[in-house]
Amino acid sequence: MFDKNFEPKIVGFLCRWCSYQGADLAGTSRLEYPPNLTPIRVMCSGRVDPSFVMRAFAQGADGVMIFGCHPGDCHYQEGNYKALRRYTMLKKMLKQFGIEEGRFRLEWVSAAEGERFARVVAKATEEIRELGPLNWSKVREAQYA
Amino acid sequence: MPKPKVAFYWNASCGGCEEAVVDLNEKILDVVAAVDIVFWPVALDFKRKDVEAMPDGSIAVSFINGAIRLSEQQEMTEMLRRKSGLVVAFGSCAHLGGIPGLANFTTKEKIFQRAYQLSPSTMNSEGTYPIELYQSDGHDLTLPRFFDQVLPLDRIIDVDYYLPGCPPPVDLIVAAVMAILKGELPPKGAVLSPNKALCESCERNAAKPEKLAIKEIKRVHQTELDAEKCFLEQGIVCLGPATRSGCGERCISANMPCRGCFGPTDQVKDQGAKFLSSFASLLDTNDETEIQKLVDTIVDPAGTFYRFSAPVSYLRHSK
Repeated sequence: MFDKNFEPKIVGFLCRWCSYQGADLAGTSRLEYPPNLTPIRVMCSGRVDPSFVMRAFAQGADGVMIFGCHPGDCHYQEGNYKALRRYTMLKKMLKQFGIEEGRFRLEWVSAAEGERFARVVAKATEEIRELGPLNWSKVREAQYA
Repeated sequence: MPKPKVAFYWNASCGGCEEAVVDLNEKILDVVAAVDIVFWPVALDFKRKDVEAMPDGSIAVSFINGAIRLSEQQEMTEMLRRKSGLVVAFGSCAHLGGIPGLANFTTKEKIFQRAYQLSPSTMNSEGTYPIELYQSDGHDLTLPRFFDQVLPLDRIIDVDYYLPGCPPPVDLIVAAVMAILKGELPPKGAVLSPNKALCESCERNAAKPEKLAIKEIKRVHQTELDAEKCFLEQGIVCLGPATRSGCGERCISANMPCRGCFGPTDQVKDQGAKFLSSFASLLDTNDETEIQKLVDTIVDPAGTFYRFSAPVSYLRHSK
């Protein structure tokens, strides 16, 4: 059942050079967007190990987002391409765990795109709200002992 | 002085770990000379009640192989824990969940349906399924409960040491037994195998190119495998980078890639995610469509990257 009052918990990994600056710009520009995303600043989207994502879901996140520089703009030249390769493979694997595609997202946000940041976070929040709680630690755990 | 008492037990496993003990060959004589085996269902005729009768803590060490799938396995394991000074999780299934742990990607209901109804050799028109309690003529017939997921040993009991491998190699078993007998024990919770990645001890490592770049992902039956080249260089999924060393490279020597049975090193919790991390970064393209095409050729990433370790991963099972 779709519960419009459900507030999803979303963990966001933001690249320090572009996306975190973009998020900052959204703030300083007084743009409004849902408060459901907990931002974690990383040096590069290529630093986001797939196990960070798995752990976030395991510990109660309803969604996980990775934000990086646009292709070609990476401060370390290739980090965001690495993120893209890992994301594509991880998305397929998460599906096998039963985690819906919409819960795991990769977005390119530049330092100048505060408005885009607010928009993609708002969109993700609404779509994850529709998917409902994931509640991983409760899944199947009551079944033994 | 009485010899220390040793027990062997099996839970959800294939029997390969028992075979590994038998594979000690003549070395088993040294083991038997040094210890008294008081319980070993596969080879000796001791019963559950014999173990029940032993005082708590009277068994020096229990080697328990297999994952936990049934309530009966949980009971036996908990009893052996009470009776034993040390418990060693023996082999991949006890250590990581192992091959039976792949069942965590499906559900109990689907497993029962497949096993008792859908498999081609099964005739079950009345839809009869096993139940835990059946009463007839005043008698109760019971079956153990089938849990909804497969668990590694340390989800049920406190485990002192882990002997990894599918099955553990003879030299590691002998070294573990001798270390226990001499009292030269590593810190509690240790995995009794070197804490480095398989690639470090792999013979093919030296010839590996500086930068691996995978253009095509192939499966072992689709290509002729070069016996010298790094498997990753050949586009074959080899879990070496994310797997603990110490196995003696049995698979690599047989020209087969590593499947990951030793689990991760101490620094890594989630073997599958870690392997995915390294493997995906080796793909030799930055184009979104090309990346998707390559990823599409991996038929079963979860089953391949977590072949032995799904129950100890962060997520443990599918939804």
